[in-house]
Amino acid sequence: MKTNISYWNANLMIVISLLSIWFLSSFGAGILFSDYLDNFNIGGFKLGFWFSQQGSIISFVFIIVIYCFLMNKLDKKYDSGGD
Amino acid sequence: MDLQVLTYLIAGASFALYIGIALWSKASSTNEFYIAGGGVHPVANGMATAADWMSAASFISMAGIISFMGKDGAVYLMGWTGGYVLLALLLAPYLRKFGKYTVPDFIGDRYYSKIARFVAVLCLIFVSFTYIAGQMRGVGIVFSRFLEVDINTGVIVGMVIVFIYAVLGGMKGITYTQVAQYCVLIFAYMVPAIFISILITGNPIPQLGFGSKILNEDIYLLDKLNLVLNDLGFNNYTQSVRSKIDVFCITGALMAGTAGLPHVIVRFFTVPRVRDARTSAGWALLFIAILYTTAPAVSSFSRLNFINTIHNSEYQTTPQWFKNWENIGLISWSDKNNDGIIQYGPGNALENTKPIFSNKRGENGERLVINNLSTNKNEIYIDRDIMVLANPEIAALPNWVIALVAAGALAAALSTAAGLLLVISSAISHDLLKKIFRPSISDNQELFFARLSAAVAIAIAGIFGIYPPAFVAQVVAFAFGLAASSIFPVLIMGIFSKRINSAGAIIGMISGLIFTLSYIIFFKFISPELNASDYWLFGISPEGIGVIGMLVNFFFAIIISSITKPPPEEIKTLVNKIRQPS
Repeated sequence: MKTNISYWNANLMIVISLLSIWFLSSFGAGILFSDYLDNFNIGGFKLGFWFSQQGSIISFVFIIVIYCFLMNKLDKKYDSGGD
Repeated sequence: MDLQVLTYLIAGASFALYIGIALWSKASSTNEFYIAGGGVHPVANGMATAADWMSAASFISMAGIISFMGKDGAVYLMGWTGGYVLLALLLAPYLRKFGKYTVPDFIGDRYYSKIARFVAVLCLIFVSFTYIAGQMRGVGIVFSRFLEVDINTGVIVGMVIVFIYAVLGGMKGITYTQVAQYCVLIFAYMVPAIFISILITGNPIPQLGFGSKILNEDIYLLDKLNLVLNDLGFNNYTQSVRSKIDVFCITGALMAGTAGLPHVIVRFFTVPRVRDARTSAGWALLFIAILYTTAPAVSSFSRLNFINTIHNSEYQTTPQWFKNWENIGLISWSDKNNDGIIQYGPGNALENTKPIFSNKRGENGERLVINNLSTNKNEIYIDRDIMVLANPEIAALPNWVIALVAAGALAAALSTAAGLLLVISSAISHDLLKKIFRPSISDNQELFFARLSAAVAIAIAGIFGIYPPAFVAQVVAFAFGLAASSIFPVLIMGIFSKRINSAGAIIGMISGLIFTLSYIIFFKFISPELNASDYWLFGISPEGIGVIGMLVNFFFAIIISSITKPPPEEIKTLVNKIRQPS
């Protein structure tokens, strides 16, 4: 039971940190500070515009990949293969 | 080869493929019918989820809508992909561990209540039907333009195809046809996008071409687009026009709605293990992101292309595609200053927005409309849907590319329709019959009822496609707000809280749904003249109100639960169990 609780807490930590990145890359860079980021350019893109139409989506993919990696590691540590 | 023959060949071959797969993977038990026996490989499930998810709206309409919204179009791009992060991190692994057949299954068991299950079924049916009507219509439009048959015939052909593989194959048949449909639709989307990117910027990768300089000119594509639009009197393409709070809320509603859509969630019940559910969500989003990062590039290419081809050119010398789409009624031109030359600019060319055509032709051969003309200089009405469909023609690409786009659009519409039909039929046969009204039926009888309700649902969807109620197009966008405010919060609370009880969940779902629904009905149907930011609650449009509905749901669920009895001990055990992968 005790290991279950620490597994769950570790799981929550991973979820909360990744959701913060999720929030920052979409609602943050794509919407809230988007106009400010537009002062910078990458290639022909204004940075805020790039985040709202490309960067946020790319970060979402990476967030899930990192989540899978961290959770598989956590499962191994607590020896729950997920069957 | 003639375009129409080619289209028949390519679309026909893709249909034959789908039916072949369905016959090969026929479902023989309820387990196979509902969740494909739970043995789908995570990558295959990722592809199936992507096809399931990307509907006629994603394939046909999205790039066109963005091309006229500019930067604000990002609400759809972020909203319809960001939901997968919520799904992967907050729902999919736990619901897979729970391991039953349907979304109401989880709500009914976790909140130990037939009423909760019943309310969940109602929300599910409501959300899924509004969504499916749009798909059947999409099938009809593609048939009428590319195969030159009547829209209604198109809808019926689509119904028959979906009937064959959804009713026979169930989830098993749908899964493997969706894998094939993903391949068809992504190929069909990418080929013209790559061609056009090369034509305009010389870069074969649309995502990079989008940020490159125009071929043989020393100016970036997006800068050029801003310049051209400014000249015509439009806002900058790369600048946001809507208020921040509205953009924020629409994005949020679309994200939470995506994560709460039953036909997407149920796909994660089909993989063997919890870790597969996570991996599979990653694959799904990757497959979706390929299209979703290409779409905004297509939007900017096609807007520029469209203006360059149309603005200030004589009607009589316009390319054939312009006249084709005018004949279907998705483009109209009214020569306001009688110079025979097309002028394009901001504002609606016609009063009442959509053209109503008379049978007469004008002196240049254009179709005349009976609408009153508006006072601005814009002479062009263009339906946004054609930006993707007409794109290959606008860029003068070979006929096989045009035929491929038609097959891709059909794949997108059919795969989503099938996924929706399946959750509707399983909600009826499994949740309503087996779990509430007729618990005594055998597995075989349940399977029969599942097939029967799928057949009935297809017939109803087809009727919606043939006689589209005027409100369908408007309502589809709201399916997300409704899912966000009803289903999504109770799923989250069911997993992350042990304290929320049945009374809290039921009142939460109902209050969230009623709040969102009445806000939408008020501004869209009762007083559409008030539908402007001055009258909106906190400046939030009906499209974004689902976020507030979601908060209402959370609020009531928590308050009611805290003043009523906590859930019984076995529910706490259930929650503990789904939190552990093994």
